[in-house]
Amino acid sequence: MGSEVSSCPLVASIKKERRDAGSFVLDVSLEAPPGITILFGPSGAGKSTLLDCVAGLVSPNTGKIAIGESVLFDAARSIDVPPQKRRIAYVFQTLALFPHLTVEQNVAYGLRDTSERDRRRRVEEILEAFRIADLRNQKPSQISGGEKQRTALARSLVTQPRLLLLDEPLTGLDAELKAAILGDLRAWNAAKRIPILYVTHSREEVDALGERVIAIDNGRVVSHGAPMDVLDAPRRKRLALAAGFENLLSATVLDLREPDGVMRVRFNESKCEIEVPLAHASVSDGVQIAIRAGDILLASQRPHGLSARNVLEGKILSLEQRGTMCVARVDCGVTFVAHITPGAVRALELVKEKQVWLVLKTHSCHLVD
Amino acid sequence: MNSLSLSLELAVSVAVILLMIGMPVAYWLAFSNWRGKFLLESVVALPLVLPPTVLGFYALLAMGPRGPLGRLWIVLFGHGLAFTFTGLVLASVVYSFPFAVQPLMVSFEAVDRKLLDASALLGAGKWRTFRRIVLPMSLPGVITALVLSFAHTLGEFGVVLMVGGNLAGVTRTVSIDIYDRVQALEYGEANHLALLLLAIAFAVLCFVYAVNRRVWMPAWKGWAAK
Repeated sequence: MGSEVSSCPLVASIKKERRDAGSFVLDVSLEAPPGITILFGPSGAGKSTLLDCVAGLVSPNTGKIAIGESVLFDAARSIDVPPQKRRIAYVFQTLALFPHLTVEQNVAYGLRDTSERDRRRRVEEILEAFRIADLRNQKPSQISGGEKQRTALARSLVTQPRLLLLDEPLTGLDAELKAAILGDLRAWNAAKRIPILYVTHSREEVDALGERVIAIDNGRVVSHGAPMDVLDAPRRKRLALAAGFENLLSATVLDLREPDGVMRVRFNESKCEIEVPLAHASVSDGVQIAIRAGDILLASQRPHGLSARNVLEGKILSLEQRGTMCVARVDCGVTFVAHITPGAVRALELVKEKQVWLVLKTHSCHLVD
Repeated sequence: MNSLSLSLELAVSVAVILLMIGMPVAYWLAFSNWRGKFLLESVVALPLVLPPTVLGFYALLAMGPRGPLGRLWIVLFGHGLAFTFTGLVLASVVYSFPFAVQPLMVSFEAVDRKLLDASALLGAGKWRTFRRIVLPMSLPGVITALVLSFAHTLGEFGVVLMVGGNLAGVTRTVSIDIYDRVQALEYGEANHLALLLLAIAFAVLCFVYAVNRRVWMPAWKGWAAK
């Protein structure tokens, strides 16, 4: 096994039909340079199928997969390198640690074409890097969730893979632990610089990791770029839901004000009207508006002198404390969900049935397909 | 050689041979995606439903001086197969086949496929994955297969009678010996042997079920952690 550090991009352009799942077709082209690329999308979008294809566990119907110059799959040339020869590391959601082996034996599993000394050194190095050296003699059943995740990462990375695939490896961990593990992963990859494909549908993880995001829905790449560009202005309804837009409302276009770059819309089955950014639409078209609960301001008196163009009068339907955040449901003809702090709830003396005003910036209202 | 030690020798030989043949067959049955797999599964399970006399009858025909196996044996070794210890071993292997293959197959199938994928992605080929992951995780199945084929061979009667022909010291196993003693009205001797067989069978089954219920697991774990 060569010890050269290769930092070549992954280039994949594949099509895969899954017969077991109705008529699902994965049809994607993507490139992942060294560093972390996040695959984001609702469940069932095809993220795991894509990873399985790249890893060689599933063969695509057509297309090509390569890391730099090294071709892993090419339907036209009948190339399909088996998974054990791809030098790709893959951490499953279930982690798949070997239950009968200790932490150390798990980590050392993929190292065999090297000398005993080299092997020991590399295992030692990565056990330290992922802070699991003290657990070396424990079995997977004897360690905590976070420790299992660290072990699985260490086991994959010690083999010096050319690419790392992570399928929601940090689900079920609290934010602090997640951040710590991600920090260790980043530190490890700073020197190696291999491409990492990281599947998640957690907004938190995207913000913590985000260099690049590829958004996948229904087997297609729907957008890619910096996390802010992709997730803060989602162009699709399912993606908006996955990216944490709590308010997703149907509306009808009333008029277009092209010089101002805005249009007025009325929410269906209500008299409630707001101003939203101009889009390719004509009067009386139906549109979908996505608004983050955190982008809505609440006032206990009718506000004056604001730059925000949308001020809606309504009544509080319910208030619910969730951790350090309060979720308010407000009826303005249509129901909005707004996130506010418990301090604000006390300061404004918010209670159920109380009359309030919602303030929405025009550009917090996103149009989605 | 007395009938009990002959039986034990037969049972041990059959159990060891079956483990070696049974493992690749069980592996293939557990992991192959071939649609016609049920055919081989049915063949493997046949001895479970056939009367031993049917199996013994065909085994005898095949091993006889005009049967294919018998003729091959005469060419290779200069003597026939029927009424020999080797013939007895061969027939017993066929007869006890499902008792080795079934537990192996079930325990291979119980291994999480994700572990096999993980092993492959860490660079291990099929053989290394089998040796380091599938086999250790199927240890209770392996022990069950070994013990069940041993016990089943120890207790067989019909096939041994058809193929072996009841030659003292060569093919007279303990089950046939018991039958002979009863025929000769030697009830005391028969009872002696029967009790011995009963005790062995009970001990063996206790061992199998204890292994599968992991009765000794805490002790193993304590030992492994050292």
